[in-house]
Amino acid sequence: MSLPQPTPSFADESTKSLPDCAAKTLPSESTLSIDSLERVETWGMNRAGLAYVHRPTTIDGIREVFSLARRHKVTIGLRGAGRSYGDASLPSENICLDLSRMNRILDWDPVTGLITVEPGVTLRELWRYTIGDGWWPPVVSGTMHVTLGGAAGMNYHGKNNLHVGPLGEHIRSFDILLPSGRLQTCTPLHNPALFHAAIGSFGMLGCFTSLTIQMKRIETGLLDVTQTAAHDLAGMLQLFEDNAASSDFLVGWIDGFASGENVGRGLVQAARYVPASQVTHPLQSLRTQNQDLPDTLFGVVPKSILWRVMKPLTNRYGMRLLNALKFRMGSTPGNGKTIRQTHAAFNFLLDYIPDWKFVYKPLGLVQHQSFVPAARAQDCYKRVLQACQEADIAPFLAVIKKHRRDDFLISYCLDGYSLALDFPITGANHERLRTLLGHLDALVLEAGGKFYLAKDSSLSSSTYAASLGAETRRQFLAIKQECDPDNLLQTDLSRRLFGDFPADFLSE
Amino acid sequence: MKWQRAVVVGASSGIGAEIAKQLAAKGCHVALIARREAELVRVADEINAAGSHLARIYIHDVREYEAVPALMQQIARDMGGIDLIVYSSGIMPAIASDEYAFDKDRQMIEVNLLGAIAWLNEAAQRFERAKAGTIIGISSVAGERGRRGSPVYGTTKAALDTYLESLRNRLSRYGVEVVTVKPGPVATPMTANLDQKTLPLLITADKAASAILSGASRKRSVIYVPWLWQPIFVIIRAIPSFLFRKLNF
Repeated sequence: MSLPQPTPSFADESTKSLPDCAAKTLPSESTLSIDSLERVETWGMNRAGLAYVHRPTTIDGIREVFSLARRHKVTIGLRGAGRSYGDASLPSENICLDLSRMNRILDWDPVTGLITVEPGVTLRELWRYTIGDGWWPPVVSGTMHVTLGGAAGMNYHGKNNLHVGPLGEHIRSFDILLPSGRLQTCTPLHNPALFHAAIGSFGMLGCFTSLTIQMKRIETGLLDVTQTAAHDLAGMLQLFEDNAASSDFLVGWIDGFASGENVGRGLVQAARYVPASQVTHPLQSLRTQNQDLPDTLFGVVPKSILWRVMKPLTNRYGMRLLNALKFRMGSTPGNGKTIRQTHAAFNFLLDYIPDWKFVYKPLGLVQHQSFVPAARAQDCYKRVLQACQEADIAPFLAVIKKHRRDDFLISYCLDGYSLALDFPITGANHERLRTLLGHLDALVLEAGGKFYLAKDSSLSSSTYAASLGAETRRQFLAIKQECDPDNLLQTDLSRRLFGDFPADFLSE
Repeated sequence: MKWQRAVVVGASSGIGAEIAKQLAAKGCHVALIARREAELVRVADEINAAGSHLARIYIHDVREYEAVPALMQQIARDMGGIDLIVYSSGIMPAIASDEYAFDKDRQMIEVNLLGAIAWLNEAAQRFERAKAGTIIGISSVAGERGRRGSPVYGTTKAALDTYLESLRNRLSRYGVEVVTVKPGPVATPMTANLDQKTLPLLITADKAASAILSGASRKRSVIYVPWLWQPIFVIIRAIPSFLFRKLNF
């Protein structure tokens, strides 16, 4: 047998000798240190990238990162605890300015309830610091593991949004370091335009270096929670209207698998602050150890393993069963009953099962959260839920809340309702899910709705622009150019929705 | 499509160009790297002709090792990340059976081996951190045994095999796939002047590229192109050295 001699056919370049080539050594400043290169993932585990992560502990440290980015001609994405479901804090291949180590509480006045914190302080650290003095954060999310810098950047909301608005309405002042290096103090009266634009600007205008928040006075650490069943979407919305005035917190759970006449069935939880007069030892309820969520189930089973137990059930059959069981339990023995819960237990439902998102491994999940005016909510959300079922991708978790509008520039709340839908990503549904999300966006847009960027993974730039409105978009781009003329602050989310921030926006 | 953003080093012709075209045909963004600008532009134009704008070009001589980290960072930024890197640069100057030309040998080591190490070391660090990624190294069946024809060409490919195997053993625990490709003779413009009949199991570059991408997407560690070379080389590797040196290879 004759083997071929090595020939140029093994190669794909020239057979000729190469010309001498002097190695061109690039200046060291042309590369960022690979030592800082880390994997950065969205909380929904649906996307990840590499980024050069820097974790400053001081304002000068942030300035150095700004300077580093300019020298290397790269952009910066701000990141707190990384709790946004999508790519809001993902700056792939650029600098990730992780503020989680700027986590000092700078000032606390237990008489007025005013607290000043650095942006990396988490909600958990905040409420544990103040509850003993009888103060609770005015607005909390479903998890306590967000940073307040991130919360302000997204202007997050809670189950009491219909009464107290988003977090921004309780921020009395903040300091923001603009990419230009200028440190600006803003209050609703001092620099009001920047105040109302920076809160909710998803980290595009500058980096909060301190935030002063007015906490909420509480007499006890307890809430009375009444759960009522609704057998369809109309009934669900009626329960919201009936309970809106009399409750402090209002949230609904929807069985996303219910179809036909039962579309939108679920359970509404209305919660009210418990006054001291109704509790034997009110101060006891304000102790942090009495608020902490238990770390075992029934005092025996470590909750850290629960997601592994739930994983085999995390499929359409298991979740259909669990949703149906939850509705049956809530609509028969539990209907109309009032239970007393701690603030932490009621508000931080997402923390009840540690690492629960891992049930969605390996491809993760997406959440679609939309906000629709009250007059269009029933029709729109019925069509949304039906569209999910027609696509054969029922949401494993569906949550509905009531909202009111606010005055921030990038505002997503309106006088109406929001519906948050959790979808698993699987190898089989990937493309169908993408199509479905686009369809849901169209339905929401048609109803005059809006979107919350902390949850978003898939909006198109045109859909977001339409939901934002031309004038708001123009104002935002104008203030972006004023605060960050070099477009230093960018993330994968901002690039998806705004490209590289068009310089010709004024003529659009 | 398993990959969305690929770097192809040595993309101006042959297997590299075909791999780039086939990746782009499935919607993958490709960064084309080579030193010959005109040829590279031609490949990019062909890919982008459909209006997809999936191909970017970067003029680079793989012997400019110090430029690799910065160029890799630039490419990663331009594409938003890298999922796949293919190193297919290689040279094999004609060498007579009694010729010992150090200059040519050094160039082969620089392009076939050191260039690969410069690029793939950089990729390995990135993929290890990302806990994902695929590395494809185009080696050759010429690295299987030390043959008479071109001692240093075979040496570079044998060294590349060992290097890729080491990368595989380092990176598999992080979910990174490292693929060693061992083509036999492949018909490219450069083989046009050779007697095609003397080249056994000759295949076209597009078929080779197709086999490589198909095997890599199925997580094959070592791919012979065409597959028949694998059993053939099982036999050839078993030939004792004292016999092998008497054969006319």
